[in-house]
Amino acid sequence: MNMKDRRIQKLAIANRGEVAVRIIHACRELGIRTVLLHSEVDQATRAWRLADERVCIGPAPSAESYLNIEACVRGALAGGADAVHPGFGFLSENAAFARAVIDAGLIWVGPPADAIEAAGDKISAKKLVADAQAPTVPGYMGEDQRIETLVEQAARIGFPVIVKAAAGGGGRGMKVIRSRSEAPDLIASAQREGQAAFGSPVVFLEKYLDRAKHIEVQVFGDFTGEVSYLMERECSVQRRHQKIIEEALSPSLTPELRRAMGEAAVRLAEKAKYESAGTVEFLLQDDKFYFLEMNTRLQVEHPVTEMVLGVDLVKAQILNAARAFQVWPQESLQARGHSIECRIYAEDAYAGGLPSTGLLVGTHWPEGPGRRFEVGVEAGDEVTPFYDPMIAKVIVWDESRLRAIRKMQSVLADSVVMGVETNIPFLREMLAHPEFTEGRMTTQFVGQHFPEGLAGADYLARRHNDLTRAFANAAKAQASRVAGEAMGGSDPTRSVWSTPWRLM
Amino acid sequence: MLDTGLSTSSSSRIQLETGAHAGVPSGPPLESQLNLKSNETMQNREWMRSLIRDLRQKRDVVRVGGGSEAIARHKSRGKLTARERIEALLDPGTAFLEIGALAAWEMYDGQAPGAGMVAGIGVVSGQDCMILANDATVKGGTYFPMSVKKHLRAQEIASENRLPCIYMVDSGGAFLPLQAEVFPDRDHFGRIFFNQARMSAAGIPQIAVVMGSCTAGGAYVPAMSDETVIVKGNGTIFLGGPPLVKAATGEVVTAQELGGADVHCRVSGVTDHFAENDEDAIAITRDIVANLNRSKLLPFKVAPTEEPAYPAEELDAVIPADSRKPFDVREVIARVVDGSRFHEFKPLYGDSIVCGFARIWGMPVGIVANNGVLFSESALKAAHFVELCDQRGVPLVFLQNITGFMVGKKYENEGIAKHGAKMVMAVSNASVPKFTVIIGGSYGAGNYGMCGRAYQPRFLFMWPNARISVMGGEQAANVLLTVKMDQLAEKGQSLSAAEQDEFKRPTLKKYEEESSAYYSSARLWDDGIIEPQDTRRVLGLALSATCNAPYEDRRKGVMRM
Repeated sequence: MNMKDRRIQKLAIANRGEVAVRIIHACRELGIRTVLLHSEVDQATRAWRLADERVCIGPAPSAESYLNIEACVRGALAGGADAVHPGFGFLSENAAFARAVIDAGLIWVGPPADAIEAAGDKISAKKLVADAQAPTVPGYMGEDQRIETLVEQAARIGFPVIVKAAAGGGGRGMKVIRSRSEAPDLIASAQREGQAAFGSPVVFLEKYLDRAKHIEVQVFGDFTGEVSYLMERECSVQRRHQKIIEEALSPSLTPELRRAMGEAAVRLAEKAKYESAGTVEFLLQDDKFYFLEMNTRLQVEHPVTEMVLGVDLVKAQILNAARAFQVWPQESLQARGHSIECRIYAEDAYAGGLPSTGLLVGTHWPEGPGRRFEVGVEAGDEVTPFYDPMIAKVIVWDESRLRAIRKMQSVLADSVVMGVETNIPFLREMLAHPEFTEGRMTTQFVGQHFPEGLAGADYLARRHNDLTRAFANAAKAQASRVAGEAMGGSDPTRSVWSTPWRLM
Repeated sequence: MLDTGLSTSSSSRIQLETGAHAGVPSGPPLESQLNLKSNETMQNREWMRSLIRDLRQKRDVVRVGGGSEAIARHKSRGKLTARERIEALLDPGTAFLEIGALAAWEMYDGQAPGAGMVAGIGVVSGQDCMILANDATVKGGTYFPMSVKKHLRAQEIASENRLPCIYMVDSGGAFLPLQAEVFPDRDHFGRIFFNQARMSAAGIPQIAVVMGSCTAGGAYVPAMSDETVIVKGNGTIFLGGPPLVKAATGEVVTAQELGGADVHCRVSGVTDHFAENDEDAIAITRDIVANLNRSKLLPFKVAPTEEPAYPAEELDAVIPADSRKPFDVREVIARVVDGSRFHEFKPLYGDSIVCGFARIWGMPVGIVANNGVLFSESALKAAHFVELCDQRGVPLVFLQNITGFMVGKKYENEGIAKHGAKMVMAVSNASVPKFTVIIGGSYGAGNYGMCGRAYQPRFLFMWPNARISVMGGEQAANVLLTVKMDQLAEKGQSLSAAEQDEFKRPTLKKYEEESSAYYSSARLWDDGIIEPQDTRRVLGLALSATCNAPYEDRRKGVMRM
């Protein structure tokens, strides 16, 4: 394939929501037309409206649309695309999809299929990690999957031990085993979940780090084989292994540790002959880091890296796929300031995070310097129960971590989502927690301090302060502007009133 | 036509009398003689600041209403507090002129801070409104005698100034243990609804927002309103609550079935608007006010506002800690009026009273201020000036610091009683809005001539140092002692110096207590105690609020006295 053949003129997006919007924006800036491959229920979403062209690839359930390799490839071809971006989630880490795309004569915007397999599968990744001399958490990844063997191995590693589905991700098929007695049941359950969710019952075991931080290194490899690391993100604030708040850089790394982790991640990517954007996840405890897994795709939280380094990872992915990109030289990558991302989920913060669906009546995202909103749905769109409940990401940048936290607090306080409940009140509580503000949070943070989310009477009153009041205030400000204009002309004594003076 | 000037309508009268161009200075600036660096001034300042600190502490007590526990309980029902409700109702960034904040202070064993309600004037959807919010954290928002008085006072202000009333209701009705002081008399509970009816008839909108219970008599607040909102779940309206119904008829019914939002919006029609919660109710109320179709017609031209040349903050240094020491009241005027400009009237005559024209926040005022005891000349000068302001449609501001009229043979013989009566006559009959600020003492007939509460100023405020009583405690004790000594003398008896002191002590103590500004404010003899530096702001807000009502016609000439 020569250079000219790699030019991308029209790109198909096999995804939905805010990441589809993110890719559309990148394409538009690059002068590339977009084809959105969407399911039947995603016909009135922000991405649908923004895309240049749309192809419906199947019914609402993801298995029949966004997870259907054949339908996606057919859709991309039908739309006349010459490349496919898989976004994140869905088929983004599916080597078979990557191969199918390439076999159909299309350009795959992502790492080569072999690299996905080498680095993405957890068991092969561990072998890769050994070659790259990256430290790993003590564990067991043998082929003997009998319960008795697994229980014995767990005891050898020492409790607490975590059991994971080898093909899993996103927290499904993961269990923490705290004692030998509960081991058989939990292992069996993880195997069942693995089978159900990923089609494979194979599990592995590893030592469970009970006060670890989740630190991940962003790497990027170009088609010439050069790999750089784009510093790290800390994503310790997680609930049930779902990340909620992410930031760059981590407040917990020394420059030495940062370099050591970055270089380990680069070695790993090089061994895997990695290309495009990828993330190497580590756990950090007592200043020691352990390889966790590699994500062979763009991450949800990529914007915080973009904010502190001043790069555009999505454009880099597309340009690299078009063979028109050279990775940033390592020494040119200098972080500046601090960036935080909060994921806005459509869920009832006061009901243990129960999903909240329905018609989005109105939204208000308070724009301003250093604020970025990655929004998948707008007023008039429906939040359906079929997909991930994340409706938006709020990203802020400021000169220091403390300022960034304050900015995020202020942005969230002024953000309005009407029609569905959101986790905004929960986010604000977490951002205000001293363990977070002091940067001491571990992956146990949510479980320890907010085991039930915001459920409980104490928070009932606050519920009013969040959504309804914010909306009422926005409406009020608007109304009084109008009223003020109407009255202002006839009342020259208005100036004495125009200060929030109180007698007491 | 000869009588044109006398029989014009109020609107044409305004045109006649606002010939002075807005923007033309109201008079020459006053020059302050106050030496802020002198020991005495610094001591005065220290004294006034301690009084202000004390005032703020008392306000802090009142602000939390029924206390943090009651507030937590209140909030657990998804309710906002009375103050939060008002804050949410007001236009953003606008002032709130609270009245009767310290009502019931140290009364009822301190059980009723603020008399269980928050009241005041604020801007809602661009319209000045009287807002009354029951504080359910204080004894369930029930009405103590002072609560009734505060409610009626707020209605009176609304009525005189034609301000739409917004009642944010959350009250269990009358405080039953004190029913005899709450229910039967003319100015008791029933008067609330009478006032609603009369105001509605006069075209002053009555709006009720039911955010909690409205039981028994309280049910008539929404029922007598022009337009009403009710909050789902928390709002209830019924003549008799579930316990009373069960006792009377045996019927078992829940509060919501009896008089919840659903019932009253869908079935009974007692309420018009169904609100999901407090915020929703407030948003609906703002829309109601936006549709009242009213406008404020100013009775005068407003000049651009000019800050006083001397900062209002210096007012805490003006009043001597020793109330017997004289001070020049122009020092106060200079720190209240626009540009410290003052066009003084008759400056060479009756100099124990200071009269003159000025502007406050661009609005014209005539100021009458005490500068010593009242003599016949001072009373005549004041009477003349008050008539002048009334004729011109200029609102009057009284700065009251008066021990009374001069006594003694010379003065009685020259007829000080009739001259004083002229002043009282002029003040009583002046129809322009009057505002009184008691900046020092308010004693005897001086209180009358200087537009005390009985003379119905639209607003009356006190400084924290103010004293009010029929005469000073020392005077009263001496009068009583003289009478006693005379009686004893008839029997050939007498009192030693120590016995005399002993005799005077209870009177002194009683006067000391009863003449304090807090004793007055607790009983709503005034509309509130203000910090001296806020005087300009408070007068400006009050003046602006009075502009909602047109000025009455005046049909008499100015009498030169």
